[in-house]
Amino acid sequence: MTGGDSRVALVTGSSRGIGRAIALRLAEDGHAVVVNYSANSSAAADVVARIESAGGRAMSAQADVSDPDQVDGLFALVAAELGTVDVLVNNAGITRDNLLLRMTHEDFDSVIQTNLRSAFLCTKASLRGMLKARWGRIISIASVAGISGNAGQANYAASKAGMIAFAKSIAKEVGSRGITSNVVAPGYIETDMTDALGEGVKESASAAVALGRFGQPEEVAEAVGFLASDASSYITGQVLAVDGGITL
Amino acid sequence: MERNEVSEKLTGVLVSELGLDAEKINDEAHFEEDLDVDSLGVVELLMALEDEFGVKIPDEEAESIMTVGQAVDLVHTKLNA
Repeated sequence: MTGGDSRVALVTGSSRGIGRAIALRLAEDGHAVVVNYSANSSAAADVVARIESAGGRAMSAQADVSDPDQVDGLFALVAAELGTVDVLVNNAGITRDNLLLRMTHEDFDSVIQTNLRSAFLCTKASLRGMLKARWGRIISIASVAGISGNAGQANYAASKAGMIAFAKSIAKEVGSRGITSNVVAPGYIETDMTDALGEGVKESASAAVALGRFGQPEEVAEAVGFLASDASSYITGQVLAVDGGITL
Repeated sequence: MERNEVSEKLTGVLVSELGLDAEKINDEAHFEEDLDVDSLGVVELLMALEDEFGVKIPDEEAESIMTVGQAVDLVHTKLNA
């Protein structure tokens, strides 16, 4: 932070998991944080309470960020309460894993909508204020699945690869206006999403990680905190894998 | 609002928001070719005009704006609609 009013950070899907850790981290760094959630209001309220009890500023905001009208409503609410969004973290994501031959088109579409379309809608909505401010940070949370692909996750991997190319395109489009767009690609992180994996999968996954273990959400949040700060001013269009070396 | 009033205000926005030289601004001036404003700059200008004049410029109408005169006409029409 460079003094003055605190910057406003919106983290989509931040009531749980990696998003929650990012919200807490950005609040620690002095941002006023919008904790967006789709369904779990008590978890979102808990994140806000934790931030406020540590002396930070936060608000929770319910919105399905894959829905254009709800995104409009979300940004209108944030503008009224905190001002324009300076830091956007496109984090909201779901999985609907299945072998491709068993994957329904509904499961394909819902993953693309929640993971990729939400990034498009929220980034578009954030840009107006960022352009005016000649400063902005867009950080999209992809996955190593979007780099390497993953059996059983064709929909999820495609959505994450899409986010990577989306983020790079935005980096080129608005770089001249002081706005950066980067990607953090987590590997296996201990969250509800990976809790759903079987023990056998977890063991073989850990064995493939150079660091030999799953990561913690806070370790992903560290990278996001850096990319959201002034310290990352000459970095844009990059994909930072926070994966313990699984993509090596 | 009269067209020349719109034109004056718009010139003010071009100078303050996009840092253009007021001398070069006239109705025929083409944003990209004459004023060196890139396509994103035109979008930024239209956003600034929306704020300045309190009008809404839909994307499909914004895409046809190439010259200063076209931008003045569009805002003028919106204000008198």
